[in-house]
Formats: sequence, C-alpha cells, structure tokens
Amino acid sequence: MPFHIPEDLYYTKDHEWAQVDENIVTVGITEFAQDQLGEIVYVDLPEEGQKVTQNQSFGVVESVKAVSDLFAPVSGTVIEVNSTLLEDPSCLNDDPNNNGWLVRIEMDSEKELANLMRSPEYKKLINDK
Amino acid sequence: MTNSTSLKTPLFNDHVALNARIVEFAGWQMPIQYIGLKEEHKACREHIGLFDVSHMGEIRFKGPKAVESLQWLTTNDVSKLENGQAQYGLLPNDQGGLVDDIFIYCLEKNADYLVCVNASNKDKDFAWMTKHNKGADIIDESSYWGQIAIQGPKALQLCDSIFPEITPSKMQRNEIKKSIFQGHQILIATTGYTGEAGCEVFIEAPGASKLWNALLMHPLKPVPVGLGARDTLRTEMKFSLYGHEIDDTTNPYEAALGWAIKPLAKDFMNKAQIISAKETGLKRKLIGLKMIDRGIPRQGYEVKNAAGARIGVITSGTHSPTLDEPIGIAYVAIAHSDIGSEIFVDIRGKLVKAVVVKTPFIQK
Repeated sequence: MPFHIPEDLYYTKDHEWAQVDENIVTVGITEFAQDQLGEIVYVDLPEEGQKVTQNQSFGVVESVKAVSDLFAPVSGTVIEVNSTLLEDPSCLNDDPNNNGWLVRIEMDSEKELANLMRSPEYKKLINDK
Repeated sequence: MTNSTSLKTPLFNDHVALNARIVEFAGWQMPIQYIGLKEEHKACREHIGLFDVSHMGEIRFKGPKAVESLQWLTTNDVSKLENGQAQYGLLPNDQGGLVDDIFIYCLEKNADYLVCVNASNKDKDFAWMTKHNKGADIIDESSYWGQIAIQGPKALQLCDSIFPEITPSKMQRNEIKKSIFQGHQILIATTGYTGEAGCEVFIEAPGASKLWNALLMHPLKPVPVGLGARDTLRTEMKFSLYGHEIDDTTNPYEAALGWAIKPLAKDFMNKAQIISAKETGLKRKLIGLKMIDRGIPRQGYEVKNAAGARIGVITSGTHSPTLDEPIGIAYVAIAHSDIGSEIFVDIRGKLVKAVVVKTPFIQK
C-alpha cells in the first residue's frame, strides 16, 4: 500500500512524524504506523506543560489488541494537546498526517533534529520492512 | 515477523491470497487479521465468520481402555458421552493446576474419541497423556487434520448448504457427525468458541483448502476472521483461554470451571488437591470488569483496591468491538468479587476506576 510521506516533515524510527515551525514541533504518527496498528481505540497523551525527552515515551496509542508507546521526536515542553483524539481516536487512522496530530512541543534544542530522518530515508525504512 | 521453522496450516496459501497479516502464534504462521479486526468481529456476531483453526491439536483415544484413560486424565464425566456427543473438559496436572483445557468428541462409545487441544500445548498434552495412560491407544493426529470453524447467526444456514447430507442446523449443540466432502473424510461438530451458533469442521488436511474456498465462494458470503477477532469474540463471552485465565497453576474452581468437574462421578488425576482448594474456601475468583474511568485493561495489569493494595490481576482485556468500550477479565480476592464492587486497575502506574460486572459481557 502506498503511504503518503510528506517531504516537509521529519521522521523517527518509531514512526512518528515531526513538523517543525521555528521552535514549535507538531508531532503525529505516520500513515505506516496507523496501518500497522489497525483500528485505534484509545489514546493517552501528556498534559500541557509536561516535559518530554527525545526518544522517550510521552503517551500511548492502543488498538483493540495492542498497546504501543509514542516516542518524542524532540525534547521540550508540551504546549498543546489534541484533546479531540481522546474522544475520537479513529481520527488517527483516518487522517494521521493532519487532524490526527498528537501534541505540539516547544523544543529545547534544534540540534536534536539531526537525529531524525527526512522522507527519503524514512521511505527506505518502511520499504525494507 | 515470522520464523522459517514455524508451521503452516493447509490454508496458509489461502491466507496469503487474501492478503492476511500473518503472525507467529504457538509455533504456527497464522492470520491475525484480514480486512480489519473490528469488521471481522462484527461479521461473526452479525453474519458468518470463517476461522482457520487447523493449528489446534487433535489427539485420538482408541480401544477398550479409551474411556478409562480419559476418565483418569480429565475432569468431566466422559462415560456420559454417547456416540456423536462432545464435551468440554480439563486436563489437571499433579500440582493442583491444569495441563490444558480440551474438547472431547465421542466418535464411538467406549472405543473411539477425538480430543481437540490447544495448539500451544499439543506436544505437552500428548506427552502427559501418554505418560499417564491407562491402556488406550493414543495417537497424535494433529498433522492429519485441518480444521475450519464457521460461526455466526447465519453459520448453520451456510453449513446446511455445504453439507446437505448432514443438515447441521438439525444437530444439537455439542454434537459431531462423520461425512465426506469432495472425497475427503470430515467430522462436523456443532461446537465453537465465539458464543455464536455454528460448526467446527475437521477435514483431512489435503481437502482443507477446497472446503475453505467452497465456503468463501458461497453466496452467503462469510467473512474470514483472524486470530485477533477470535480473541475478542471469546473475551466478550468470558471464555477461558489457556495462558490467560488458566495455566499450570490455576485451580479450575477459581476459574469458574466447576461445571466441567465431576468429582462425585469418578476419580481423576490429582482430584483430592483440586477439590480441597474448593472445600477449604476459594481465595480468588475470576470476574468480568468494565472501566468507569478512561483506560483499557490488559493481561498482567494489577488490580488494586482504593488504597492501592494489590487484590488481583487482569487475565484478558480489550476494547470490546460489540460494546465499543473496554472490558476485562481478572482474578480478584473473593471480598472484591461481587457484582457492583468498585475496583481499580493499575494502568501504567495510575489507578483507574473499574467495576465488577455480570458476564458474559454480551447477551447471547
């Protein structure tokens, strides 16, 4: 199945995407991730103001069968949470790249972006699966 | 994802052709889902689900000592089974727990029985049965049989159409009949583990794919269902699954399986220890729960009281596709096991409020 992997985003090996707008990073899961997870029925997200650390879990998504951690693409402070997902987690399946965004993080250091992938590298990662 | 040494059922290529997601389960390469777990679950509840259960083990007990052996090895009263009748039973170990839970099919009274066992336990069961045999001819026929479950409110209508000589809708629940399908020997049983009406059909492995496709192509359009929905279907019924509700340490009375134990009718393996646990008073009980606050209970999560003290453990938990809400099965201390009791599930370090509810979770 062809997945839409926008070129302007950064990617983690754990299949989160990160959209960078100066020091604000919007985070979501990729189309590949939602396809692997199947129907998502539950989302646990941090509170606003909570600190997150790159590559550390900041929440979970659950399908009927499985619990999967969400990993922060960058370190920083959560400044906004997509609370509509708590009521309607299926949005993560339907539109993971846009309306299914999870949190916005004020990042501590843009140097951490160097640890993330760009779309060609991420495409290669999922094609190798 | 899958290990090259793992086994393939006779339907493996059919699953691949259906674009199933294949996972390793109990040493087998099995379809976890085809089109999507929720849709498959719904198909089985509202129409017809088709399941490849060829990974299940089949062990045959034959000869004049077959009943004596099964009576000793299992907890239910096998002598009650007449030709063509089936019965759920338990295989106790010598430590107070269970080797497995099983289905026993009487093909010929006092002479020929087929025992269907869990795939993950088959080798262990066969070794245990052979070791404690009382003179039966015990044969592992697992590689001989494929097995397809056809379950759902329209399942028997489909079975009647595919097996007109048998008309399974005329059979009682928990019966088994021999027949032939396109030259292959079959056994049609009105059993299943979904809570729905339907059949489980044992077929000689080389014929399994022909039967699967005959079912799939039928105008009633049954839906193939993977292991994912098979698990949510049985969880909604609070049916025990070995490795979850029961294992080699479980007392079957705690698991609410007393109905499959007949201590007055017969002697059986380790009977004294199993019934003494009941007579001295059970300490915990298997209950169903629903969440009051947000969260999904999962196997292994601790159950606690309001003060945060451990009072039990979740054995199975999921988001019920039928009810569209989380459900769980748990062992809890007797004092907290009444329906309506407020309990808490420790979900990632947070106490999330839940309540003990009546089961099965759905009315059938």
